[in-house]
Amino acid sequence: MSKIDRYSSRLVTVGLAVLLVLLAVGCTPEHNQSTFDATGPVARSQLNLFYWILWTAVFVFVVVGGILIYAAIRFRRKPGDPDPEQTHGNTPLEIGWTVAPALILAVVAVPTVTTIFYNANSPDPGSLTIDVVGHQWWWEFNYPHPDGSDSVVTAANELHIPVDEVININLDSKDVLHSFWIPKIAGKVDLVPNHPNQMWILAEEPGEYYGQCAEFCGVAHANMRFRVIAQSRPEFDAWLSTQAQDAVEPIDPLALRGKALFEGDARCWSCHTVAGSKRARGQQGPDLTHVASRAHLAAGIVENTQANLRKWLEDPDAVKPGNLMARDAEVYNDPVRELTGADVSALVAYLRGLD
Amino acid sequence: MTTLAIPLPKRPAHPTGVLAWLTTIDHKKIGILYGVTAFVLFITGGLEALYMRFQLAQPGQDFVSPEVFNQLFTMHATTMIFLGVMPLGAAFFNFVIPLQIGARDVAFPRLNAFSYWTFLAGAILLKLSWFLGGAPNAGWFGYAPITGSDFNPGHGIDYWAVSLQVLGIASLAAAFNFIVTIVNMRAPGMSLMRMPLFTWMTLVTSFLLVLAFPVITVALIELMFDRFFGMNFFSIGAGANPLLWQHLFWIFGHPEVYILILPAMGIVSEIIPTFSRKPLFGYPVVVLSGVIIGFMGWMVWSHHMFTVGLGPVANSVFALTTMAIAVPTGVKIFNWIGTMWNGSIDLRTPMLFAIGFVFLFIIGGLSGVMHSSAASDAQQQDTYFIVAHIHYVLFGGSIMAIAAGAYYWFPKMTGRLMDERMGKLNFWLVFMGMNISFFPMHFLGLDGMPRRIHSYDSAMGWDLWNLVSSAGAVVLAAGILVTIINMVRSAKQGEKAGADPWDGRTLEWSIPSPPPEYNFEQIPTVHGKDAFWMQKRQRVSTVPVAGASGDSHDIHLPQPSYWPLIASIGLLIGAYGLVYSATWTGIIVGAVGLATTVVSVYAWSFEPVNEPVEGAAGH
Repeated sequence: MSKIDRYSSRLVTVGLAVLLVLLAVGCTPEHNQSTFDATGPVARSQLNLFYWILWTAVFVFVVVGGILIYAAIRFRRKPGDPDPEQTHGNTPLEIGWTVAPALILAVVAVPTVTTIFYNANSPDPGSLTIDVVGHQWWWEFNYPHPDGSDSVVTAANELHIPVDEVININLDSKDVLHSFWIPKIAGKVDLVPNHPNQMWILAEEPGEYYGQCAEFCGVAHANMRFRVIAQSRPEFDAWLSTQAQDAVEPIDPLALRGKALFEGDARCWSCHTVAGSKRARGQQGPDLTHVASRAHLAAGIVENTQANLRKWLEDPDAVKPGNLMARDAEVYNDPVRELTGADVSALVAYLRGLD
Repeated sequence: MTTLAIPLPKRPAHPTGVLAWLTTIDHKKIGILYGVTAFVLFITGGLEALYMRFQLAQPGQDFVSPEVFNQLFTMHATTMIFLGVMPLGAAFFNFVIPLQIGARDVAFPRLNAFSYWTFLAGAILLKLSWFLGGAPNAGWFGYAPITGSDFNPGHGIDYWAVSLQVLGIASLAAAFNFIVTIVNMRAPGMSLMRMPLFTWMTLVTSFLLVLAFPVITVALIELMFDRFFGMNFFSIGAGANPLLWQHLFWIFGHPEVYILILPAMGIVSEIIPTFSRKPLFGYPVVVLSGVIIGFMGWMVWSHHMFTVGLGPVANSVFALTTMAIAVPTGVKIFNWIGTMWNGSIDLRTPMLFAIGFVFLFIIGGLSGVMHSSAASDAQQQDTYFIVAHIHYVLFGGSIMAIAAGAYYWFPKMTGRLMDERMGKLNFWLVFMGMNISFFPMHFLGLDGMPRRIHSYDSAMGWDLWNLVSSAGAVVLAAGILVTIINMVRSAKQGEKAGADPWDGRTLEWSIPSPPPEYNFEQIPTVHGKDAFWMQKRQRVSTVPVAGASGDSHDIHLPQPSYWPLIASIGLLIGAYGLVYSATWTGIIVGAVGLATTVVSVYAWSFEPVNEPVEGAAGH
């Protein structure tokens, strides 16, 4: 037996030990999108199921992998060994190792089916329903209007929900496939154009949760993120009623100039809506009526600060490569219409006032 | 005899040098061509992966742009599946199957050459896209509607769709060829249940190919009609449901997974008995479980679609069928261990890779069970957890087995053994590299990292495992480098192998290495499984078939031909024209290519297998 051979069997043992240690340190529930920190019944049911299968799998792995390595070491050929007995099989064994995995799988199959149905059927179909629409590469959230009318309140990229309530979500897309995923609250469901989907979620703790598009959707797929803000019912109601109002009219002269640009030469109006404005009724981009009330810009990419907003307006492609505003807006493509520094300042002043 | 009006170079009777390779219809040469070409393409796919791992080694890097990143992951997967693993499998089908069944060639030698050249044409066309305006960028799965002209105006997707069609022609031609070969050309006495396992799995794989490729062909034709002629199969504005593409793709795509893994299982089922000096444990059960896997592979496609909203009933059914497939897979693993049990195990490099395959496939199989559970999959789908899984089954599975097969049959192909010390180094580098690179991806996925993102924020906590994974990729690349060095060096100066270096059990080891052009001087007669082993140990006489003489000068092999090559060149030109079919130039180029292929196939049909030899008229 060569040295390398002896090393190799030792390496396997060490490798196995390393794997098990890794298993223990690999779960990092404190991370923003960790599935190990389930904070809602949907994610928890999925995590429990995962653990159930994981431990079954670890058991099978240790037994079968162990026997494999044992066999490889135990039955090594020594020089001069005669041919081993030419056994061709063993029927009871074959039946045994066909039935055993089938039984183990039954152990996994039963909770799988119950969890599938638990996740699919909303426990309270009558409670708050939010329409989520996926766009390249941002999220549109439509809430029922608090005044009870048929109109909707539109927000973008930050999903506010009341804590500890069942929320029903309708999922739709206007362009390509996307997938709606809040790892700590619920596993993903895809947004498929012309194929509306539903899901339900519930957040048990108030706070901010990370979400991200999980289905490849083009150049800025990595930057199609969002946040879920779970808050108490009164806070949520207050937020929704603010969002339901028309935009604040600017008073500051710089902001007024920004508004004029927004609704005029800069042509922001052709893609963005600002409720209350007669001109700004565009549907391609996020609704900006209350953009200043959001904590983040560009679908959860950067914090919504004056400096970041400025950077975003000056060169959106540098903040979020591939975004459609940089690609399509005339101000970023036609040198004649390019925004001056003063234009950007005016737009920033206007947008920062839309809270 | 019809003669063509066009003056043609004389048919090569006994070509030498490059011409011999261009016109060959010898299955062994074609097998080597497949192997070398696919290995080179496999390396290009590996480089594409390395670019991605460099980009992802640290958060927020700009090593490649998002556009290029999307092209990289699309090309990496398309390359590895269609230009790497499948043709590497085909290399073994070609080289080994006729030898294992005691035949002098495949059933249709010229069709076999055509398969290879058409595969090469498809590969060239796909890889050309990098240099002609950008590679495809919508993933190897090409989900509608992002493949439509609205979202993807360049030619990348056209190259992808058209080259996959070309590759499909190659695969279908090869699959039909191997079905006919295995069914009709086995040596006398080799009943189906005496066939070597690799031959069995090739047969099952060929049936899967024949049944699966038409589905992707239809899907791709619909996509091409959408893109070239403005039709509305996947047009959202016209009300199309993009799930149509997903169903078609995965009805092809899941059997495709078994197309990638069954040959690997076949290879391992040859190597483990040889290096354990025992017959395969539970042969009929292993055969049957391979057939069952091939059959059940058609009932599980929607497990790729657990999150698209098919409803709880469909998700439950597909979860259960997917779990059920673990049973025959498990049975195979137990029988491999059963073969090793009480055996006399020689841990040479092929056996190391084979055991590595079983070990890694257990991990990949078990993580597969985790996302066969649809509700658990809701957290795993489209994350790095799945990336980890597919690399455990496709790298840990298919590639490890292909490496095992390469070390195992290399001496038969070249007459020389690959270096054993370098082989061990090769195995351990690849084994460690692959685990370091792919195991942490499980953690990344469960930690919420989606697939196919070109970059990530350091606030997400994914830095460490991404760095580890990238480091592992470098180790893995070093391992592959050792493979290359070992192959090149051993082909020139490796130890002479002789006919039977491993104390083999099947017929390919009964003939010289490398085998003569006619393979078997006398067609052997088979008396049981492991025919050569029986012959060696029990001295069973191999009675030559009536009519076969021992004189190799009387063996008439089909002669080389230009037509398969020219037909494939026509396909390449035609397919290139098709990509630009919106322009007149494209239409003209396409027509020229198509005409070339039609003329070649016509000439080929009237070309006799052998030109009449003087003095041998009527033979």
